[in-house]
Amino acid sequence: MEIKIALAGNPNSGKTTLFNNLTGSRQRVGNWPGVTVEKKEGSLKGTNDVTIQDLPGIYSLSPYSLEEVVSRNYLVNEKPDAILNIVDGTNIERNLYLTTQLLELQIPVVVAVNMIDLVERNGDMIDLNRLAQELGCPVMAISALKGKGTKEVAAKAVEVAKKHQVALIPDIYDKTVVSALSKIQSELQTHIDDSMARWYSVKVFERDERIDEFLKLTDDKKSKIELLIKKVEEALDDDAESIITSQRYDYIGTIVQHAVKKKGSKHELSVSDKIDKIVTNRILALPIFILVMYVVYTIAMGGTSISIGTIGTDWANDVLFGDIVPNFFDGILTSLHVNGVLYGLIMDGIVGGVGAVLGFVPQILVLFLLLSIMEDVGYMSRVAFIMDRIFRRFGLSGKSFIPMLVATGCGVPGIMASRTIEQDRDRKMTIMTTGFIPCGAKMPIIGLFAGAVFGGSSLVATSAFVIGIAAVIISGIILKKFKSFAGEPAPFVMELPAYHLPSAGNVLRATWERGWSFIKRAGTVILLSSIILWFLQGFGFTNGQFGMVEDNNTSLLADIGNAIALIFAPLGWVGDMAWKATVATFTGLIAKEEVVNTFGVLYNFSEVSEEGNEIWTLIAQDFTPIAAYSFMIFNLLCAPCFAAMGAIRREMNNTKWTLAAIGYMCLFAYVSALIVYQLVGLAIGEVAFNFWTIVALALLIGVIYLLFRPGYKPKSEALDLKGMQTAK
Amino acid sequence: MKLLKDCKPSETVVVKKITGAGATKRRIMDMGITKGVEIHIRKVAPLGDPIELNIRGYELSLRKQDAQMIEVE
Repeated sequence: MEIKIALAGNPNSGKTTLFNNLTGSRQRVGNWPGVTVEKKEGSLKGTNDVTIQDLPGIYSLSPYSLEEVVSRNYLVNEKPDAILNIVDGTNIERNLYLTTQLLELQIPVVVAVNMIDLVERNGDMIDLNRLAQELGCPVMAISALKGKGTKEVAAKAVEVAKKHQVALIPDIYDKTVVSALSKIQSELQTHIDDSMARWYSVKVFERDERIDEFLKLTDDKKSKIELLIKKVEEALDDDAESIITSQRYDYIGTIVQHAVKKKGSKHELSVSDKIDKIVTNRILALPIFILVMYVVYTIAMGGTSISIGTIGTDWANDVLFGDIVPNFFDGILTSLHVNGVLYGLIMDGIVGGVGAVLGFVPQILVLFLLLSIMEDVGYMSRVAFIMDRIFRRFGLSGKSFIPMLVATGCGVPGIMASRTIEQDRDRKMTIMTTGFIPCGAKMPIIGLFAGAVFGGSSLVATSAFVIGIAAVIISGIILKKFKSFAGEPAPFVMELPAYHLPSAGNVLRATWERGWSFIKRAGTVILLSSIILWFLQGFGFTNGQFGMVEDNNTSLLADIGNAIALIFAPLGWVGDMAWKATVATFTGLIAKEEVVNTFGVLYNFSEVSEEGNEIWTLIAQDFTPIAAYSFMIFNLLCAPCFAAMGAIRREMNNTKWTLAAIGYMCLFAYVSALIVYQLVGLAIGEVAFNFWTIVALALLIGVIYLLFRPGYKPKSEALDLKGMQTAK
Repeated sequence: MKLLKDCKPSETVVVKKITGAGATKRRIMDMGITKGVEIHIRKVAPLGDPIELNIRGYELSLRKQDAQMIEVE
């Protein structure tokens, strides 16, 4: 018989560590259907028929957060054979709150009290037998980090699953509530299975909207129940939801009083508190934060001798994908005497395209390693604590800072770093705006125009950063007013977990999971787009004959460029440069540094330096300063490279949102470039007044309106996720 | 009547009432801020918001805007 055990617990309770310990490398990672919440399951070590289903880290089974809804749907609909509930022993009161809710589901529960070694070191005592007696289910002590007691607790969970040993319903509520619950229960009798009676009656009592949708009670029954609830609310002078929550905590308070003996006084400072006193100190917090960020950035993406990430990436680009891999394929292909087209496809299209992306892997791995350490140690939530004030104004959260900072190096890990943001809304918004930050690959574009048109002024590079940051802020303010973002309130009620030493296993595993998903994508989305672009760039019609072209000015890509260059005419891309600028923008989709190379090729230089010094005079002839600036703005803000688009796709995990994000970026880029070219151009006398001046003015007014209009106010605060109740 | 938002660091207060409704209120209560519980205000973030509380033996951070919903004494 196959057994399914659900692993449930609070965030920071050591759940991930326990899951890794129980399943080892036998894990499958995916997503819960329809949402961006990660789903992990694995087989219990040493068995073939026991599956451990890791639920998201949650504090409650309320209907208000995605993670909680996903978890309860799983527990109610899929009915695992047992729940293994991990509880942080050093923070037992709040952790047991979820336990009281799990017990009401009438699925066999085993409670694993984690970090028992820390509890003992603090001099505290937890009476496990007493706890088990009070809760009515087996309770065992473990240390997930040290792997102590984990096997035993898993074996216990298997045992209760086989025996279907359901816990007694704990005696949580007072008389008034209990009598109301039993009356509700009799009203529900025909609608639900007996074993779930307590769970459903509590949920109905709480006026849980999701349950309401599911049960489809008659109006008559509904009003009867409503009357019952009202009575209790009047008697206890509180709303039903609060009554349940308060009584749960009161119940836990009594249990803890009986079963837990604390040594120190309540507010005594632990080691973690002492560290925190310095790290989030009013004066020192910001300098320390800047220092930490500086170190992370330097090691992963800087240009110094300790910048392991950059050294690795340089090696990958210059040696591995610049030398070893091409030579290897060259050797094979030459010895096989394959024809020129296939050779070009493999060498230039596949090896070149995919290699350009895989070159980032060392930087990404180092970066994720450092971020995983920060997360595991507990510093990440302090970052949110410190930065929240600033980012909240733009509809983002304190945790949005990390993705943005990382994106100054490369947008791909930046977008991927948005994973650490729990609130769905904040995460989506961060993903949509992170690409605006000028990444390392956009620097050559800035260098090219600064040198060619603006006499090497450093103001150009500075203004690029200002534009990037302004784009984030403006987008934040505009987007947060839209219904799709305003719909779900994201209360910033965040636990600041105690600091602890990072676990090598957790950190390495997290780093690898993120790194691997990047590599996998290089093999799919990026491979395909590289092939398509290679084809468009290398093929075309010469004298009415279709075939490979020598001069890529006659390629299909150039044809497309010419055809759609018109679209960019209002941005000032006119005359000889129009199609060149259009084509360069397209090749920029492979990688932004390609923009400069493309200009080199289009101006008939086979190879140019990184900032294209060779073509500066030619560029200066073709581009007026304002047109050059408009080109720069568009390329800095428009759709990012394929690698970054792939990252957006993965993090959004939803085609509609991916397209919305990329579409929004292109639109924003176009509007910005248009406004700057037409209006600034008019102001400095370079562009004459024309039809597009009026359009630009109208758009400017439109943007100002979007910035200052009152935002959408949601009517109901529950999640708008119809159909999730029944979704399997 | 005093609001949690107006409490100073290192004060210890007892929750009297939680106003408001919906997701935010539920979330605050789920995290253990219920009637009668003792809250110790640890500190205020460097930029003046959010605040850090010690409650039921752990550290919780809360925006002042949300702390406005909590009446204490």
